Amino acid sequence: MGMKKNYWQRRHLMELFMKTLMRISLAGAAASLGLILWTVVARGLPALTWDMVTQVPKGGFYMGKEGGVLNAIIGSLYLALGGTLLAMLFSLPIALYLKTYLGSSKWGQYVRLSLDVLWGIPSIVYGAFGFTIMIAIGMRASLLAGIIVLALVELPIMVRAMDEVIRRMPADLEQAALALGSTRFEVSMQVVTRQMLPGIMTAILLAFGRGIGDAASVLFTAGYTDRIVTSLMRPTASLPLAVFFQLGSPFPEVQQRGYASALILTIIVLAVSFGSRWLSSRLNKYTIK
Amino acid sequence: MSQSEPTITLENTEGRTTRPSVAPRIRQDQRAQRVFFVITLLPVFLIVVVTIALFVRAWPILQAFPLTDLLFGTIWKPSEKMFGFGPFILGTLWVTVVGVGVAVPPCLLAAIYLAEYAHASTRSFTKPILDLLAAIPPVVYGVWGLLAIVPFVEDMLAPLAKRWLGGVPFLAVNQPTGFSILSGGIVLAVMIAPLVISVVYEIFLTVPNDLRHASLAVGSTQWQTIRNVVLPQVMPGIVAAVVLGASRAFGETIAVLIVVGNVPQVPTSIFDSAYPLPALIANNYGDMMSIPLYDSALMGAALVLLVVILIFNILSTLVLQRMLRRKWA
Repeated sequence: MGMKKNYWQRRHLMELFMKTLMRISLAGAAASLGLILWTVVARGLPALTWDMVTQVPKGGFYMGKEGGVLNAIIGSLYLALGGTLLAMLFSLPIALYLKTYLGSSKWGQYVRLSLDVLWGIPSIVYGAFGFTIMIAIGMRASLLAGIIVLALVELPIMVRAMDEVIRRMPADLEQAALALGSTRFEVSMQVVTRQMLPGIMTAILLAFGRGIGDAASVLFTAGYTDRIVTSLMRPTASLPLAVFFQLGSPFPEVQQRGYASALILTIIVLAVSFGSRWLSSRLNKYTIK
Repeated sequence: MSQSEPTITLENTEGRTTRPSVAPRIRQDQRAQRVFFVITLLPVFLIVVVTIALFVRAWPILQAFPLTDLLFGTIWKPSEKMFGFGPFILGTLWVTVVGVGVAVPPCLLAAIYLAEYAHASTRSFTKPILDLLAAIPPVVYGVWGLLAIVPFVEDMLAPLAKRWLGGVPFLAVNQPTGFSILSGGIVLAVMIAPLVISVVYEIFLTVPNDLRHASLAVGSTQWQTIRNVVLPQVMPGIVAAVVLGASRAFGETIAVLIVVGNVPQVPTSIFDSAYPLPALIANNYGDMMSIPLYDSALMGAALVLLVVILIFNILSTLVLQRMLRRKWA
């Protein structure tokens, strides 16, 4: 009297239906990435010339004449590098403090909560905040101001990403070091930092990628200029704003170059993302499993 | 076997350097602890400072007009001293609600699939895709929206809605272009998808397998198990994930600004243009210093954004922290 499974029962049909819906949803999410990349490549590539990445805007650039966005590429690299370095100075101590000193105590939870909240603050608010501070101290829009505000945007991303990996460190390692008489500071610097180096690098590159693509925070604080920035105190162009401004142009040639600039930005961000994946798998060879 | 005597040999100690004293290392540890502690206070401190700074800059406008006039006033004419945030706040709400509405059903389904059904290989294939979606800069989402979504809404969805859904509230087609709340919502939906999917996925993983096994053992199908056993356990977390996604959508600036049309009006349909608060701030920073109270009004707008997002974020994060640390008996 073996019971045969009746696939026409309502609950089995429901199972099939929901499973199909779920597969479609997941495929949709994946497909949207493909669509985005395809759109940017298909529309950006035709306008992507060698001049775009080697020239600064010449006279009449914004009416469709010659030039490129080298000023914005360099500016963005400076902004994101500076912001990432500055954020790193603070992120690593916070992440180490969370791990070795606070652990999952109540205070650790409070710090993590405030980091999550900071992460959620939109970059336009950071931009507006930076702007109010700049007015208060009489500072003009500059590379330095942009770097500081980007560091604020990147800080919570970096700490939370570091915290996630550092937390996964085997407890044995830390306990072994402590048992041998290391201080917690020595554990932080000589055990945690080295063992978790791949994760820390990933966190830094993640924040770098976020920083280089952020437009709303540098809008107020870094300004824009057609020249390549030479000083921390001068305003600088940035790639996201270059895209944004060119899109708003009434000239089709300029809009096309906006798409090309978006392609350049996408390539940089994808390179950073793949680079971090490759780097972390390389570095992972040297950690204790 | 006879036990050998433990012997302490004093030879060979001459060649060694003497053991360093412990005291300097402990002092170093204590110094480091103090420095680390101060740095760790920074995030907490930063939230307070950002709020206070924006509040101070917004104070003149808060003093000049009653709060209700600012929040619910519908006329925005800075040159005539009329600062009604109404249309902008409503614009933000519309775009956020549409974005979350578009994002949540597929994101939930995708997350459930990843947590409950998917093979390890599917998971490891999906993770980089979600990471990349999260890594794409907002302005690139904006370009995509402009080139793909706006025409799609203009040429496909709007004519369909006009033809079949004429009398349905919120779906009337009142303007000819695709620069609309719906376009902004679709772009936002894709932008918040990686966040919502990964948070929901994590929460599903906190439910112990015993519960699932018990349900499957009495003959439930997998979907019945999910719906009747797992979902009730994770409901608060799902709500928190959705609120988190909403707060991300609420503050998104550049991508929305590019596709939403930026017409300061009170929207009545998802096919209308709107002018969200972040777009207002971003579009007008240039001339805000030339008109009295204008800069104060824009900083007030930033303050409104900040306060709403702080509330959303604190609530959802508290719920999520609690759920992720939940101990099962």
